[in-house]
Amino acid sequence: MSVADKDAAAPAVASTSPPTPAAEQSPSWRLLLDAKWRWYEFAFWLCAAASFWVFPKKLMLLSEIFILGLLALSIDLVLGFAGLVTLGQGAFFGIGAYAAGLMAQAGMGAFPLSDPLLGLLVAGLVAGLVGFATSFLVLRGSDLTRLMVTLGVALIVEELIVKFKDITGGSDGLQGVLSSPVLGLRSFDLYGYTAFWYSLSVTFVIFLLCRRLIHSNYGLSRLAIKGNPLRARAIGMPVNARLVSIYTISAAIAGISGGLLTQTTQFASPDMAAFHRSADALLILIFGGAGYLYGGLLGAVAFRVMQDFLGNITPQYWLFYVGLVLVLLVLFVRGGIIGLMMVVRDKIFPRDDKDAGGRP
Amino acid sequence: MLTILFDGVAYGMLLFILAVGLCVTLGLMNFVNLAHGAFAMAGGYLTVIMMNRMGISFWWCLPAAFIFSALLGAFLERTLYRRLYDKTHLDQVLFSIGLIFMSMATVDYFMGATQQIVNLPPYLSGRIEILGAQVGVYRLFVIAVCGVLAIGLQFIIARTRFGSQLRASVDDGRVARGLGIDVTRIFSLTFAVGSGLAGLGGALGASILSMDPFFPLKYMIYFLIVIAVGGATTITGPFFASILLGIADVGGKYFVPVIGGFIIYTIMVAVLIFRPEGLFTRGKRK
Repeated sequence: MSVADKDAAAPAVASTSPPTPAAEQSPSWRLLLDAKWRWYEFAFWLCAAASFWVFPKKLMLLSEIFILGLLALSIDLVLGFAGLVTLGQGAFFGIGAYAAGLMAQAGMGAFPLSDPLLGLLVAGLVAGLVGFATSFLVLRGSDLTRLMVTLGVALIVEELIVKFKDITGGSDGLQGVLSSPVLGLRSFDLYGYTAFWYSLSVTFVIFLLCRRLIHSNYGLSRLAIKGNPLRARAIGMPVNARLVSIYTISAAIAGISGGLLTQTTQFASPDMAAFHRSADALLILIFGGAGYLYGGLLGAVAFRVMQDFLGNITPQYWLFYVGLVLVLLVLFVRGGIIGLMMVVRDKIFPRDDKDAGGRP
Repeated sequence: MLTILFDGVAYGMLLFILAVGLCVTLGLMNFVNLAHGAFAMAGGYLTVIMMNRMGISFWWCLPAAFIFSALLGAFLERTLYRRLYDKTHLDQVLFSIGLIFMSMATVDYFMGATQQIVNLPPYLSGRIEILGAQVGVYRLFVIAVCGVLAIGLQFIIARTRFGSQLRASVDDGRVARGLGIDVTRIFSLTFAVGSGLAGLGGALGASILSMDPFFPLKYMIYFLIVIAVGGATTITGPFFASILLGIADVGGKYFVPVIGGFIIYTIMVAVLIFRPEGLFTRGKRK
C-alpha cells in the first residue's frame, strides 16, 4: 500500500497546474481523475443522512439497508473488481456477527469488552482471518469450482454455528446482545436513533477506505487481473497474492457488516450465515450494478424498498418478484441500476470521453 | 446396520435419478442449472396433487411426473435457458437462483408452505426382512426402479447412436458440431429427459424426501456434491457418487448426529480442491 500511496501522491502535486496532454494519458493521472469526488456522490451521502429526518419511523430498516449495502460492497470488491465469483459471503457475515455478539456477551454490556467499536474490530479481524485461510481455496479451479467451494465453506460455517450449541446457542442464536454505549456516549435504543447514525458512519468510513483502495495502483492492478489474469501475470503482477489479499479484505468487511447487524439488532442467529444471506447479498449487488462502488449501496436501497413494498402487497410471495427481477436483470439489463442510469445518461448527454461517471 | 446401508443405497439411487440430468447438461453445455431441483419439485407436487386430490393410482403418477417435468424442461429450455448458454457462469447461477425463487413462491401460492404427505398404496408400505435386516418395501421398490433406470441410461449412452453422439458432444462440442452432429438438438433432448428424470425422482421421493416449497434450495447442495464428486463427463461417476453420498449422509446422521451434514460438506470442498474434475473421471479433459 505504501508504494501505491506514494505513486498516487506524486501527480497530486502536479495537478495544481493544468496537465500536459502526456500527463493526461498517464495511468496515475487517470487514477486521480477517477478519484475526484463528484456531485452525485455528495448527493448520495447527503440523502443517506437526510433519510433520518424523512423516515423517522423506519430507522431500523434504514440501518439495515446500510448494513446490507456494506455486505454487498464487500462482494463487489471480489466480484466486481477482481472477478472472483463467490456464493459464500454469508459465511463471513455470520462469523462477524457471532464474533461481535460473543464479545459483547463476554463483556456483559460493560465498557471494555462490550464496546461496539472494539466488537467490530474483532469481528473484522476474525472474519478476515477465516477469509485469509479460505482464500487459498478459491485460487484454484474454474468459476464453477469457486462457486461450489465458497458455498461449501458457507455451509460448513453455518453447520458449525448450529452444532457448537454451548458457545453459539445453537439454532436459537444469541439473544439480548447488549453493547456498551457507542464511544461511551449513547447506548442503542429501541427506536434505532443510535443504530442509524452508528451504521451510517461505519458504512461511510469503510466506504471511504474501499474508495481509496479502488483508486490506488493496487485497485487498478485488480482491474487488470479481472480483465486477463494471464496477461497480468505476464507483466509481473503477483496475481495470487493480490487475490488473496482482496479476498481477505472483503471477508473482513463482510465480518464488520455482520457485527454491525448483531450490535444494532442485539441478536445473532445461524440464519446470518445461511445460503439465502449470500444469495440475497449477491442479488443486491447485481441489482445495483456490480463493478461500481455505489452498486451495493444503491442495490440495498432498491432491494429493501422493493421488499417492503411488495411485502405489503403480497406478504408471502414477494420472493416470486425477486426471482422475476433477477431473471429479467440477467436477460436484459447489464450492470443493474447504475448500468441502466448510465445508459439513460448517455442517451441524454451523448459524450465521447471515457470518463465513466458512475464508475467508482 | 444393514438397514442403514440399505436406506443409504435407496437414498443414493434417488439422488442419482434427481441429479443425473444436471450432470449431463453441465457436461454438455457447460451450463450451471441450479434450478434443476425445481423440476424435481414439479414432479413431486404433481404426484401429490394427482394422488391426494384426484385419487389417481400411484402407478400413473410416475410416468405423468416424468412427462410433465420433461415438457416443462423442454419449454423453458426453448424459451429461456437458450439465451444463457454463452453467458458467464455467474449469470447462469443468478438466473437459475431467480428461477428457484419463482418456483418456490409459486408452489407456496398454490399448495401452501406445509410439507406434503403422500399416502403410498398399502402394498408398498411396511417392512420385510431380507438377510436379517429390516427393509422398507418402498425403499426396495425405489432401488429397483432407479436401478433399472440407471442400467437403461447406461445402455442408451454406451450402446445407441444417440448415446455416442451425446458422448461426442460432451467430450468436445465444437468438433462434434463439425462432424455434423446437431449438438443443439441433442442438448434440448437431453435437457428435457434430464428434467423428466428429475421429475420422476421427485415423484418417487415425495414420501422419502420432504416435499415442501424449499425443496429446490435444500437439495441443490446435494446435486452439487454429486457433480463435484462424480464429475460431469460420465454417468457412472455421478452414480457412484450418489450412492456414496446417500450412504454417508444416512449413516452420518444415524451414527454421529452431532456433526451431521458437516462431513459431506467437508468432503465436497476437499474433493473440489484436490480433484477439481471429480473423483471418478477418466483422466483430464482438455
